[in-house]
Amino acid sequence: MKNKTRLNGNTILLLITIVLFIVLYAGGCIAYGSKGFTHTQTFLNILITNAGLICVTCGLTVVMLTAGIDISVGALIAMDCMILAVGMRSGLNAIVMVLIVLVIGVAFGLFQGFLVGYLEIQPFIVTMAGMFFCRGMTAVICTEQVSITEQTSALFYKWANTKITLPFGGYLNNKGKYLAPYVRPGVIVALLLLIVTFIMLRHTKLGRSFYAIGGNAASAAMMGLNVKKVKLCAYMLSSIFCSIGAICYCLNTMAGSVSQALGLEMDAISSSVIGGTLLTGGVGNVIGSFFGVLINGTISSIVKTNGKLASSWPNILTAALLFLFIVIQSVFAMMRNRKK
Amino acid sequence: MNKQSTWQKIKGWSLFLPVMSLLLVMAVNIIHDIYIGANPLSFFMITLRQTTGNGTILYGRIIDILNRGSEVAILSIGMTLVVSSSAGTDISVGSVMSLCASFCCMLLAGYGVSSTTTLARPLLVGILGGIAIGVLCGMFNGTLVAYFGIQPMVATLILYSAARAIGLLLCNDLIVYIRNDSFGFFGGFLGLIPTPVVIAAICILVVALLLKKTALGMYIQSVGINAKASRIAGLNSKRIIFLTYMLCGLFAGIAGIVASSRITSADSNNIGLYFEMDAILAVALGGNSLGGGKFNLAGSIIGAYTIQAITTTLYALGVSSTQAPVFKAIIVILIVAIQAPPLKAYFKKRSAAKQVKGAAS
Amino acid sequence: MEDNVVLTARGITMTFPGVKALENVDFTLRKGEIHALMGENGAGKSTLIKCLTGINDFEAGEIHVDGISGPVRNHSTKDAQEVGISTVYQEVNLCPNLSVAENLFIGREPMTKFHTVDRRSYNKRSQKIMDELGISVDVTQNLENYSLAIQQMVAIARAVDMDCKVLILDEPTSSLDDEEVEKLFSLMRNLRDKGVGIIFVTHFLEQVYAVCDRITVLRDGQLVGEYPIAELPRVKLVAAMMGKNLDDLAEIHKESIEDVSKNPLEISAKGISHTGTIKPFDLDIHKGEVVGVAGLLGSGRSELARAIYGADKASTGTLSVDGKEVKINQPIDAMNLGMGMLPDDRKAEGIIADLSVRENIILALQAKRGMFKQLSRARQEEIAARYIDLVQIKTADQETLVKQLSGGNQQKVILARWLATDPDFLILDEPTRGIDVGTKSEIQKMIVKLAGEGKSILFISSEIAEMLRTCNRMAIMRDGEKVGELDHDLTQENVMKAIAGGEQAQ
Repeated sequence: MKNKTRLNGNTILLLITIVLFIVLYAGGCIAYGSKGFTHTQTFLNILITNAGLICVTCGLTVVMLTAGIDISVGALIAMDCMILAVGMRSGLNAIVMVLIVLVIGVAFGLFQGFLVGYLEIQPFIVTMAGMFFCRGMTAVICTEQVSITEQTSALFYKWANTKITLPFGGYLNNKGKYLAPYVRPGVIVALLLLIVTFIMLRHTKLGRSFYAIGGNAASAAMMGLNVKKVKLCAYMLSSIFCSIGAICYCLNTMAGSVSQALGLEMDAISSSVIGGTLLTGGVGNVIGSFFGVLINGTISSIVKTNGKLASSWPNILTAALLFLFIVIQSVFAMMRNRKK
Repeated sequence: MNKQSTWQKIKGWSLFLPVMSLLLVMAVNIIHDIYIGANPLSFFMITLRQTTGNGTILYGRIIDILNRGSEVAILSIGMTLVVSSSAGTDISVGSVMSLCASFCCMLLAGYGVSSTTTLARPLLVGILGGIAIGVLCGMFNGTLVAYFGIQPMVATLILYSAARAIGLLLCNDLIVYIRNDSFGFFGGFLGLIPTPVVIAAICILVVALLLKKTALGMYIQSVGINAKASRIAGLNSKRIIFLTYMLCGLFAGIAGIVASSRITSADSNNIGLYFEMDAILAVALGGNSLGGGKFNLAGSIIGAYTIQAITTTLYALGVSSTQAPVFKAIIVILIVAIQAPPLKAYFKKRSAAKQVKGAAS
Repeated sequence: MEDNVVLTARGITMTFPGVKALENVDFTLRKGEIHALMGENGAGKSTLIKCLTGINDFEAGEIHVDGISGPVRNHSTKDAQEVGISTVYQEVNLCPNLSVAENLFIGREPMTKFHTVDRRSYNKRSQKIMDELGISVDVTQNLENYSLAIQQMVAIARAVDMDCKVLILDEPTSSLDDEEVEKLFSLMRNLRDKGVGIIFVTHFLEQVYAVCDRITVLRDGQLVGEYPIAELPRVKLVAAMMGKNLDDLAEIHKESIEDVSKNPLEISAKGISHTGTIKPFDLDIHKGEVVGVAGLLGSGRSELARAIYGADKASTGTLSVDGKEVKINQPIDAMNLGMGMLPDDRKAEGIIADLSVRENIILALQAKRGMFKQLSRARQEEIAARYIDLVQIKTADQETLVKQLSGGNQQKVILARWLATDPDFLILDEPTRGIDVGTKSEIQKMIVKLAGEGKSILFISSEIAEMLRTCNRMAIMRDGEKVGELDHDLTQENVMKAIAGGEQAQ
């Protein structure tokens, strides 16, 4: 009896996600084992490529827990990357630039959070405007692609090219040389952020408030929570995490350009939904979202390894998964209502 | 006192917001023209001009705005209905536009062909095929919103991301060029007038007639205001919501064909990019509440052309197309912020306090 | 203040635009008692409770709470909680996605030295609280895994743990089954013995007599009286709630009601039910007959009508209209069979607030004709004008938005909407609620007139007097069930006895 109640719809969703990831990855290993899919490095590459996305998804999950949405994240990354690139080109220190980007994240998040929390404007409209603003601002700063090279910032270049090798999982290449698996600093940052977010959501007052507000904002207010303030915090966290993600992202691309991270908000939202976050708020956690990112990454990786599939397949498959999960969520919700 | 009540009346007029914004944009243009020493009224001038490709055509900034604004105007029709009936927005329209364009061009050029001068199929097949895909997308969105009860934004998020990608797939990851005059017609000229303007006018006219001659308009508003009461009074609320999404898909299809014909190609990555935002903005600028209910189609249409006028003006002021969104964002926030209930309540309280003060003294 | 009194309210007065919701009402709650607050719709129960809990700001009067010197005036539920007044509603105000323990402690969680919430400590404390109250739950489970009854008990436990002296239970039992109600009652008795004063609002008479010590009755915003339970038998309670000589304004005499029992049947329902709201019932209505549905609020009187009309699709049973068996899936089906329904909740299900009077009147007729056969503007105006005149709607013009009209006129607009469809069978659910006396008698006359034209009418009202004047027959509802019909000896006393029920059994 007790076990039965414990295994509710949300746990099932998370389980489906994890199983889906394992099946996908195993499928990739079986189909493309000969192309090196089974190497540890393939998995680590998924992490390296998606380090930025993991950070963004953590923030977005927080916002979605409060039954909100933030579609400005992709554009904010583009703006942050452009600021990093232009700032370093004009000779500013990498550490200073990183701090500037973080401050911009805080300010931007405060503004969006104020509009959503205190002026009660629909989150979608607010963050759509935010997306417009950031994307346009990127172009205002510079319309061309700006690269970050060793000349512009030696420090940032060093960060980007640091390999952190792991003591296990290496293999011999066909020339008989031992290749140790490695990750980039971005991955460490992303995983640390993931752990911090997990602890924050689970063990702090603020974290539990996000859940409470998403579950039932009116009740939360009656129980004495400051709904406006908590919402503001959610959007602020989303923008800060997004800015941290932008730094990880920039370490990969080493450039700023107007069209960077186009549609990244979609990847983040779908990762979060596939990871079991309910769009109606109150349910979900970053572990699920992390697996959501991994599923997205695995799909891309499989398509890339195949080499013959069209580049739009990852988008279509992700959307199909999103569709599937949204319908499952809606069916669960209907069933719950009927039971009542 | 009397003066104030006239002002109140003007402020209460349903087209106050869109017309005001349009006038503001015109004023900026006139000031700019004076500043650079051009004819102050050059914004309104329409002249005949000889072109090599299209013969004699009308030329002028207003014509340009009407022409370029056609797609957003067409989209804003569907968006207005969707917002009214479901209190949500269809964010997939831009993406669906791209899909319709791609499907149409794929039909006309044949799969895998990247450039053609002769059509593989009759023109009509391609056009209708493209529009049909739009309707299909609308039905998909409508089903999710009306029958599965999923929030509109979330439901349309699926096609927002998938439609463009499917279009790319249909075009085999290529930009498909249809270098055939018959296809270019829809983005070209009909006599003196740009064809998109004519198409937009027809769409607007048809919908206006539909709203006037059938009870659709009242049904949609009734469902948007109070779906429960509408049901008791005999309306099928779900079917009406479904219908608005289907219409929205239809117009996205038409807009997609126009956009594609304009550049005689299916550029999946760029057709309709950010158009959903412009369409939503047009609805809001038209004085319609994004919370659903009563709508004013004329307002949305004026809103759509106002947006184009803003864009054109920004270009004239030397702002590039990639930078223009900054200003649009500021406009969106201003519009929704002044409509925000907490702010309204705050001002009401203040003016009430003022009155009390006035009465006391 | 007396020793054992925990809360007193004196002379509470509160007006809403146009309505005096509460007029000089007194209320006293003692320590360790369960005090029922009774009254029909619009009697002022919820207004009084909202005044106590700080949601409404009353105009005159004073509230005193034990242990606090001077009058108390709450401006929010939080204020009320701080002086020890907590409320638990039918709709549980908790977060279903959090654990039971979290719901008990959110906003006041004990913290560890690392500034994280001390889950272990509050889980332990929660389990202790629940055990003490005799509620067997695993506090680490999510609230949504438990039944509504348990959820309500958790809400009560939260209130109790926050040291509440006054616990208000606002219709907590409406969606509970018998067993769950019994559990809730034992919890209430348990709290009473601990000295908590409980205000219990309910529509179920049985429950009042099962658990309460004292009853306060309100009617039309005024205090009728406060009685110890033993001194107020059921019939007297019903009489106190409904009032006897409420309005003798209408000049309608019983003699004018013809005998229509020989007329052919318009509606014949056999075993119709709707899962969860109304048990299977049979009902026949003849042509030209007015059938009243009498019962207290929540007795299933609205649900009976809704199941016939298809507003809530019937789960079982068959319905015949005009002798032919029919299937009704949604309201439009019923409308096409010549039915119409004026729902009891005017705002939520009646008016389309932002549309004009004209559009509101022609809406149902237009829906019946279908989208493509639009009534011409001239025709619309003609119909609107005719019915504005017929039912005497006071409006500046046809294009006035219906939300700008008074409640009574809004109700008339909906009545006009249905009359415009020329129905054979009209359901009127509380058509006279919250409207002025003059309009009331107009509507009553209209009912008799319509019946005279051969239309059948199902008339639901909480005022027995007006049904007595207009109805040929009455169906009696109690606790979600049709318990009988009265077709002769229609007197106030008989009807009240029937509604109260159970008297003979005691």
